[in-house]
Amino acid sequence: MNCQLATDSVLYANGLYRVVYNLAGSFLPCWLAYVIAGLVIIFILVNAVLLGAAVITWGERRVLGRFQNRVGPNRWGPFGLFQPIADLLKLLTKEDLRPQGADRIVFALVPILMVAPLILLTAVIPFAKDTVLASLNVGVLYILAVSSVSSVAIFMAGWSSNNRYAMFGAARAVAVLISYEVPVVLSLLGVVMVAASMSLGSIVEAQALPFILVMPMAFLVFLAGMSAELNRSPFDVAEAESEIIAGYHTEYSGVKFALIQAAEFGGVGVVSAIAAVLFLGGWSGPWSEYLGWLWFLLKTGIVVFLFIWFRATYPRLRIDQIMAFSWKFLLPLSMISLAAVTLEVYFLRGDDGFLTTADLAIMAAINAVVTVVSVIVFGNLIRDKVTLRTRQPRQVAVPGVPTIEVS
Amino acid sequence: MYGLAMVKGLMVTLKNLTRKPFTVQYPEERVRQHPRFRGEEFVWYEERCTGCASCAKYCPLGIIKIETSPSGSALPQGDKYRLEVFDIELQRCMFCGLCVEACPYDALFMGSGFEQGQYSRKNMVITIDQLRNAEKHPSTWFRPQLEGYEGETSIRRGTPTIAQGDSRFTYDPRGGPPLGWREVGREAWRWHQREKAGMRLEDSPETPETVGGEATEPGADD
Amino acid sequence: MVTLTDRLDYTSSMINNQAYCLAVEELLGVEPPPRAKYLRTQTAELQRIASHLIAVGFFVQELGAFGTPLMYSFRSRERILDLFEMLCGARVTVSYMRPGGVFADAPRDFWPALDRFLEDFEGELAEIEQLLLENEILMVRTRGVSPIPAEVAINCSVSGPVLRASGINWDWRKQEPYDAYDQVEFDVPIGSNGDNYDRFCERMQEVHQSLRIVRQCIAQIEPGPVRLDLPLVLRPEAGREAYGRVEASKGELAFYLVSDGGISPYRCKIRSPSLINLTIIEHLLVGWKLADMIVSLGSIDINMGEVDR
Repeated sequence: MNCQLATDSVLYANGLYRVVYNLAGSFLPCWLAYVIAGLVIIFILVNAVLLGAAVITWGERRVLGRFQNRVGPNRWGPFGLFQPIADLLKLLTKEDLRPQGADRIVFALVPILMVAPLILLTAVIPFAKDTVLASLNVGVLYILAVSSVSSVAIFMAGWSSNNRYAMFGAARAVAVLISYEVPVVLSLLGVVMVAASMSLGSIVEAQALPFILVMPMAFLVFLAGMSAELNRSPFDVAEAESEIIAGYHTEYSGVKFALIQAAEFGGVGVVSAIAAVLFLGGWSGPWSEYLGWLWFLLKTGIVVFLFIWFRATYPRLRIDQIMAFSWKFLLPLSMISLAAVTLEVYFLRGDDGFLTTADLAIMAAINAVVTVVSVIVFGNLIRDKVTLRTRQPRQVAVPGVPTIEVS
Repeated sequence: MYGLAMVKGLMVTLKNLTRKPFTVQYPEERVRQHPRFRGEEFVWYEERCTGCASCAKYCPLGIIKIETSPSGSALPQGDKYRLEVFDIELQRCMFCGLCVEACPYDALFMGSGFEQGQYSRKNMVITIDQLRNAEKHPSTWFRPQLEGYEGETSIRRGTPTIAQGDSRFTYDPRGGPPLGWREVGREAWRWHQREKAGMRLEDSPETPETVGGEATEPGADD
Repeated sequence: MVTLTDRLDYTSSMINNQAYCLAVEELLGVEPPPRAKYLRTQTAELQRIASHLIAVGFFVQELGAFGTPLMYSFRSRERILDLFEMLCGARVTVSYMRPGGVFADAPRDFWPALDRFLEDFEGELAEIEQLLLENEILMVRTRGVSPIPAEVAINCSVSGPVLRASGINWDWRKQEPYDAYDQVEFDVPIGSNGDNYDRFCERMQEVHQSLRIVRQCIAQIEPGPVRLDLPLVLRPEAGREAYGRVEASKGELAFYLVSDGGISPYRCKIRSPSLINLTIIEHLLVGWKLADMIVSLGSIDINMGEVDR
């Protein structure tokens, strides 16, 4: 049985949705089956995001530990797998503090507003073939729009906490988010252009050659930009623990802190999934009909590992250097990448407006050269601007103390 | 090229990812303690202790409390007193080992224990009964002159690594070869006697012949 | 008293012991046996390596590297502390040196262990240097930040790596050699700008020089007594005073002792490097960004146990 309501909805592309819908529809009225099927899918997705956040917390701590020749959490469960649950239980039992003078409503809204876009983002990610919740035809646009909500949430957190450190962190985070949005969007534009679609499912199908090979520079820019937007090292100024305690979530405790942490680590997972879909070919791979989810998880894991690896290795940049890095290095690179891709697509595409695998291979060869050359050129340009930015020391006369001449 | 060092750093961390962790998972694994370890555990040798309270005097914090009464049975060591009170306030102890170093008869040692956490400060005081009933009996630990060497007095030169058990090491804080563990008390005691201005005994090796061997036997293990 | 000096700067307790013992020896007019001198020099240099490793590790930790350089430094530092445990039974509060020598000679498994450490440490140090020394982020963050010109450094009477990073060749191990420092060869690394990066590099270079000194000590050490036959309780002549000075890992550490003939000093003044190096904080911080504040503070490597002694 089919009813108009279900077959029209964006959810109908989802295979699991169809299964549940048909099962429920066999003995329930049409509208009820429609609602139940939707709720089941949403329930699965919400839990998948939160569980994914927990697994990433655990994985990050374990892998970071091994990077540092430590073991990491290993007390709870096999390999410490239950550590996030123990953490969660501990945080649930903590007192939910609210600082004096805080804006009560905004303060309480923040954790919700941080987790919500994350769950919304998962709606458009294709986990495997026909396993996308909503195959939006403006998927990339949707991702960009929804992910910017988190900057509002961060600023709300900073503002409502009535704490200077939180305000510092929030101001830094918003500055970083806004300036990194531009190169990220520009790098995604290339992807959309090559795939000739904004739907994530179509982008995956267009990747006969993974886009990381076709547009390595766009991937680099996307990775750097996303690690800045997620406040990950080396761009983690918003919560630089040695400078401003914990940044915008300084005043949060208990359940709210747990939610903010979940949003942060879940953000890593979701962004990695998006990167895997856009650049690494998503669920495509050998036997992708059946093992698509495995390829997808594997590629997501690789990107998560990259984030952890950067975090283990690099010190933090200063806020002005981060802005300089964005505007002086990433933005030109993304523009060059975009220009190169535009020209290539213009000259290479066939009459139907699509690119063949051979075209993609040619683009990959050209773009590899372009990437190396422009990274070297702009790297050297920014080097002169940033490292040699020295300042004359301030001379302070010490009264009563003679200055000794030093040869 | 700019950025090369950052890639190098990534390689360093990647290399360390494959390495075995250097941390020790404490309750399951333990690090090997070296023989000189100054632990939170006092091992008292009652037969050797004369109640001279040198340890109490040298203790920088004054946390050792000793009360004695004259003993009826005088041991060959001479002024032997019976100990009534021997309290060590562990909560203030800083484990410098000066009491052990000060003891002229080597009657006090610091063991290897370090898990003496208590919930009350009252329990942190070690009393004479606890010392008597301690799990660990006096042994040859801690006293550096006990670590034997095999004969010759030469020292290692150069850098080549030397196998374990090589005899070319020595140390000898006070001159002369180290003694076996049975004779430990005598050696330090002799040194202590020499240090005293009014020497009661001649500086001959045979004088305190009855101190070591028989008297020390029951308590000694390892 | 020796045991109390451990607590001054708990990351370089050997050197604190050394300074105090030198002061007491000057007070008594005695000199330790040569083997003791070498042992002291060697352990002090090992302690300097450990202390600099901590300084570098925390410096980069404050730059925001999530613990990795710190853990690599601690990996090596643990080995040094193990060596100290072999020597004297404690890891941090060592109390190894005594007036008139050291507490005891090294046990016989100490020398192979030291050799193994020196072998492994080469690679570990190279790893830390590879990770940090040319790292662009670190250079961008620290180069040209909070420079201390030589005049200011002298006027504020800072010492140690902070002074040498400002370009002044001043090291008490060279100026007034104590213990066995006149027997060993080493260079004094000098910085040029006195900025945070120079202070960081200065420490890394000093670790290399300390390794050199340790190697020479191993090669030169001769058998012999390690301790003078001094009584455990010393009563120096009344009215004498002494000034024992060493180049500690953080700067010039000195003990000024006055005796009244009793068992404890009548007056004991400690010139602690951390406190005096902290006085340049105005020149370090004013005019720089919030993010640089904690980094500059980390670059002078203060130890609060010594500041508030």
